Amino acid sequence: MADAYLDLVNTPLPGRIAKALGLPRPSVLRRYFPVEVLAPQPVLVTGAGAGADALADALLGWDVEVRRHVLPGEKLSAAVVVLDRAGTPADLAAPMLELGQAVRLLVPGGRVVGFLRSAADTTDPAEAAARQGIDGALRSVAHELRGGATANGIVLRGTTPTTDPTALGALRFFLSGRSAYVDGQFIEVTSAPAEGVADLAAANRSMSEWEGVPDQPLAGRTAVVTGAARGIGAKIAEVLARDGARVVAVDVPAAGEQLARVANDVGGTALQVDITAPDAAARILDHVGRRFGTLDIVVHNAGITRDKLLANMDASLWDSVIAVNIASQLAMNEQLLASPVFSDTGRIISLASTSGIAGNRGQSNYAASKAGVMGMVRAQAVAFDGAGRTINAVAPGFIETEMTAKIPPLTRQVARRLSSLQQGGLPVDVAETIAFLASDAAAGINGQVVRVCGQNLVGA
Amino acid sequence: MADQHGARNAAPTPRTAVVIGGNRIPFARSGGAYAYSSNKDMLIAALDGLVARFGLQGERIGEVAAGAVLKHSRDFNLTREAVLGSALSPETPAYDLQQACATGLETVVGLSNKIRLGQIESGIAGGVDSASDAPIAVSEGLRRVLLDLSRARTTQQKLTTLAKLRPKDLAPNAPSTGEPRTGLSMGEHQALTTAAWEITREAQDELAFRSHRNLAAAYDRGFFSDLMTPYRGVTRDANLRADTSLEKLASLKPVFGTSLGTPATMTAGNSTPLTDGAAVVLLGSEEYATANNLPMLANVVDAEAAAVDFVHGGEGLLMAPVHALPRLLERNGLTFEDFDFFEIHEAFAGTVLSSLAAWEDADYCKRVLGLDGALGSIDRSKLNVNGSSLAAGHPFAATGGRIVASLAKMLSERGGRGLISVCAAGGQGVVAILEGRN
Repeated sequence: MADAYLDLVNTPLPGRIAKALGLPRPSVLRRYFPVEVLAPQPVLVTGAGAGADALADALLGWDVEVRRHVLPGEKLSAAVVVLDRAGTPADLAAPMLELGQAVRLLVPGGRVVGFLRSAADTTDPAEAAARQGIDGALRSVAHELRGGATANGIVLRGTTPTTDPTALGALRFFLSGRSAYVDGQFIEVTSAPAEGVADLAAANRSMSEWEGVPDQPLAGRTAVVTGAARGIGAKIAEVLARDGARVVAVDVPAAGEQLARVANDVGGTALQVDITAPDAAARILDHVGRRFGTLDIVVHNAGITRDKLLANMDASLWDSVIAVNIASQLAMNEQLLASPVFSDTGRIISLASTSGIAGNRGQSNYAASKAGVMGMVRAQAVAFDGAGRTINAVAPGFIETEMTAKIPPLTRQVARRLSSLQQGGLPVDVAETIAFLASDAAAGINGQVVRVCGQNLVGA
Repeated sequence: MADQHGARNAAPTPRTAVVIGGNRIPFARSGGAYAYSSNKDMLIAALDGLVARFGLQGERIGEVAAGAVLKHSRDFNLTREAVLGSALSPETPAYDLQQACATGLETVVGLSNKIRLGQIESGIAGGVDSASDAPIAVSEGLRRVLLDLSRARTTQQKLTTLAKLRPKDLAPNAPSTGEPRTGLSMGEHQALTTAAWEITREAQDELAFRSHRNLAAAYDRGFFSDLMTPYRGVTRDANLRADTSLEKLASLKPVFGTSLGTPATMTAGNSTPLTDGAAVVLLGSEEYATANNLPMLANVVDAEAAAVDFVHGGEGLLMAPVHALPRLLERNGLTFEDFDFFEIHEAFAGTVLSSLAAWEDADYCKRVLGLDGALGSIDRSKLNVNGSSLAAGHPFAATGGRIVASLAKMLSERGGRGLISVCAAGGQGVVAILEGRN
């Protein structure tokens, strides 16, 4: 499961050899650890206008040192490029060229975060061209960055200001080690209704306010994680619990032994339920309702693969994948929404897959189920719009798990290097993104599919 | 002063003790999947599954009581050691209890009583047994020599002591299910009772068949999904033969009672095999369950133990529950008609059928039990509805916990009242009443 090559090229001599031969040199990523220093070096805020000024102020409020222009030779933790005012493609030149100076100064694990508006929200062709242009430029920057640095964008829908609480929440996520394996991604943000945001002050407290106390943005929440006995699901349970949530770990009865271990490790409860059973949602809602009153977070993580070329596929392989990966989620969501136990500000986060975005040989059934998840999320998000609840999907790329450890070695090595970060992600990277989407700070993110793929070339 | 005396003398009003839930590991046949698991390993697994189910991590439980029948001397503090190895708070007190096959049920009775008296708010009762990892003792001769040797001071004393050793002393003593006072195995004892009550082979096979069928059906409808946590890759009781048939059971050769002069009827199919496993039950006061938003499946109402003189008195070794039950029913003003479920531990099919026959026999009930007539008959459709030991197996001390948790769940689903009867070595038996809350 471990990426031996990654470890090797991060030692002095093999690192120099790899450099001389032009081999991939993946960096050890900067990951979140409570308590985190968001930006030890200054952060550049480039771009003109009130939106940029307000963002600079917000960062100062987090006790981050802010620069409005690159100072020669001064290292930067991050560069925030604010392009919310771009009206024509010509407006991109100055901020992008300044960003070009900044990326040379980024520390390892540095961050580029762009603020832009959605091309879908304008009918002016020049403005749409500018907005769409930023998308292409930032994705290219993500490809160019080295040393474990990433570039992502925050897309402000409608008139959402740069300092909207969710926009700030997304910025904090992208600056943080929580987003270590999220690269070349754009998250759309809409101003969230105030009632959907229980504790934004806590979500946006300054570094000094943290006072060494681990951030627990999910304190007091109850979260159900399906498929929690192992792999990514077990890590999701761990990260949600670390962030303060009470975790109900769900998996099939046959996985009960591992499930109990996960529940005991995270101080949660284990619920042995086959999510394809007709009474699955009822049993989960009954358990949560009785024990904890309200269900705040549901992570649809349980999933299976039954890979076969379509020509060789039989009905049982096809049906079982559809039943577990998408039909169960549809059925459960329907019952969640009909139940008083599911919170008015509830969060649903579904696991999609880059296979669902790009397709994958031998995975027509799996891709159908995972693309189906994305369709479901987008449609349900419309129904949720503005009412306090959100639904989003996380699409993992190549993640180092027991499942991917079974891929033949050479194929596995290639798959790992096919991303801008030149390595596979870890289960914790997927879990961190889910924890962010479950938090108050993400109240204005709805119907999004966030890829956790290190900007994998597949499905880009 | 007078008030204080008055307060001390007033009998406290007993509270209600409730079954909150249970957990067991699937039972495995001796020498099977748990061959290298110790009693402590299995009890920890059962406890940790319970902790996970109810979110009891780090909680200080009022008391944990459990035991094992086949117990190593090093496991003198088995339950406390298991608590320390579990996810419970290390400040949870525990004690071991041993009453042969009634161990598990007796821990439920004991802790329920403490809860009723207000001495504890919560308790975990249970038991574990490994017939695979059984203790093997050295012979009495070797043991004496070794003890003398430890006291010997001079070389000469040591040599003299060692010289007392004989080759036969080196053979180890394996545990047996033989009764110390009769030398007969439990199966041979039951064979006497089975023959005395003229229980037929067909009736015994039929009971075994129903046990397997009922247990398999319970699995199929997911009954055990919140009563069991898999262990070492085992997800179902390994002894369960879902596809067994009366024909298959009829084809087995008798193994007990082959030299009684009557037809031998007891086979490996209608007797429980040696089994490994563990089971625990979470008990609490109503206040505890309410405060922690925990379910209340059933009330533990009352229990009665009995013992019979199987050595000289002519009563069967495993017939003690037959004596305990009328006393329990009378004390609670109940008859068989008042019960919706009967859980009679299937040590052997013959044990269950002999007990039923005894309660239906007016002459026996008058003469031996001192009743006015037959105690009555039990509706077979209410008997062991989710299978019992013939199908699940019988890790001695774990059986009580298995039965209590399963019956409590049935009572929470269907309501009503349930009766438990467990026979035990030494001519003992314990019976108990659980009551649904709706």
